[in-house]
Amino acid sequence: MPEMVRLVVDGLELQVPAGITVAAALLNRRLVARRSVGGEPRAPLCGMGSCFECRATVDGRPHTRTCMVRVRNGLDVRTDD
Amino acid sequence: MTELSADVVVVGAGPAGLAAAVAAAEAGAHVILTDEQPAPGGQIWRQPWDAQPPAPSRELWRRAEHRGVRLLPETAVFGVQEARCLRAASPGGAVTIRAGAIVLATGALERMLPFPGWTLPGVFAAGGIQALAKSGLEVAGKRIVVAGSGPLLLAVAAFLKRQGAVVLGIFEQAEAMAVARFAGSLLLHPGKLRQAAALLGELTGIPGHHSAWPVRAEGTGWLERLTVRVGDQEQSFELDFLACSFGLVPVTGLAELLGCRVESGAVVVDRQQRTTVPAVFAAGEATGIGGVDSAVIEGAIAGAAAAGSMDPAPSLDRRRNREQAFARRLALAFRLRPELKALCEADTIVCRCEDVRFGALIRYGDAREARLATRCGMGPCQGRMCGPALNFLRGWPLPRPALPLIPVTARALVTDATDRTASATFFRES
Repeated sequence: MPEMVRLVVDGLELQVPAGITVAAALLNRRLVARRSVGGEPRAPLCGMGSCFECRATVDGRPHTRTCMVRVRNGLDVRTDD
Repeated sequence: MTELSADVVVVGAGPAGLAAAVAAAEAGAHVILTDEQPAPGGQIWRQPWDAQPPAPSRELWRRAEHRGVRLLPETAVFGVQEARCLRAASPGGAVTIRAGAIVLATGALERMLPFPGWTLPGVFAAGGIQALAKSGLEVAGKRIVVAGSGPLLLAVAAFLKRQGAVVLGIFEQAEAMAVARFAGSLLLHPGKLRQAAALLGELTGIPGHHSAWPVRAEGTGWLERLTVRVGDQEQSFELDFLACSFGLVPVTGLAELLGCRVESGAVVVDRQQRTTVPAVFAAGEATGIGGVDSAVIEGAIAGAAAAGSMDPAPSLDRRRNREQAFARRLALAFRLRPELKALCEADTIVCRCEDVRFGALIRYGDAREARLATRCGMGPCQGRMCGPALNFLRGWPLPRPALPLIPVTARALVTDATDRTASATFFRES
């Protein structure tokens, strides 16, 4: 079993395997990364940092591409981007 | 701001970039290799989160490391300060990189085509779901349809099956005859033929269709159902994920910022992989979609040339010519059929960043007009998703890159006026 780390998403604590990306962690719980300007739920599309559909506020940094960030213990993710 | 310099700076650590870095370093150059991802390999050799990188990537990186190539991972080149001086955002802040020569190995993007429901969570690019699965997305037991166009679909379907997914079918828009002719031409490329045969073996049991494409995705907040057209019949599936893209598009933004000529969407290069700008070289998919073998050969030529060895080795030259013939057959076999233009309806979102629907774009003659009037292509992706789609749907040229190439934080900004304008443009969006 991989080591697990604690990720906080909109205040909700998740235990996820160390080494996966934030985008994968969100998708595995069917959590969407953001709402579009028209209010639609959106989730990652390209998986490689081009589409920006996976963006969220990560540890206070807005517009962070969650497909490019690996989970760390205590990482704070807000899907209000 | 950190300042770095090297004889040769290679942008992009996929097959072309790795090969270029190795060739330049083995020719004696001091080399810096940058990539946006945490590990070298690019998309095709992306390292799974819980496993080793693929062997070819490991081998090239071993040689690069042995020769002292310095990798700057998680580093995104977002602008050009002056000739041969790049600006990049890295985890430690902004970096200025001065180069004696630059090799652009910026790779390709998948072309997405809009159809009703394609913005639902659970719809991914074909390579996108593979990248995400390698980053920890759980696909075992998931019902997945693979659709769109190109050999990538087969590779993705085989990957998903190996990961324990239930692949419901592969839907390729090209005609069976065109694909069969292309497959026949692989006899000229024994290595590729072996790979294709192995892939088809792995795909046994998965229904494969030609002249077929997705027409509608539906679900409440998440993908639940997909309708595909096969010939003149429609089929519907209950599913978890859709993996869909319509071929690859070269990534040329940085080349354009540097002033390199781009024609038909690809960076123009000569036999030494020189672009039209002195001391700037390009290799791999950025110069035209040709696949991994082509990328490695072009990278090796570009890296050696960038380090000052002017004539490509004759064997590399010959192999590249063969690969270019392959690339032409690939483009012909999988060219997009005009019927796909009808998939996008008036109320289908085309620009996902700004939620601009197709109907709002119809009255405009080009991407610039549309952009000014509707904000289409003005979001953080800068038209990387809608640009190639509108290129196909409306024949609009791809949007010109804008500074910064990717949204950057205030920390990465410097004080010259151009950059203030550029960052103001971005931060107005946020």
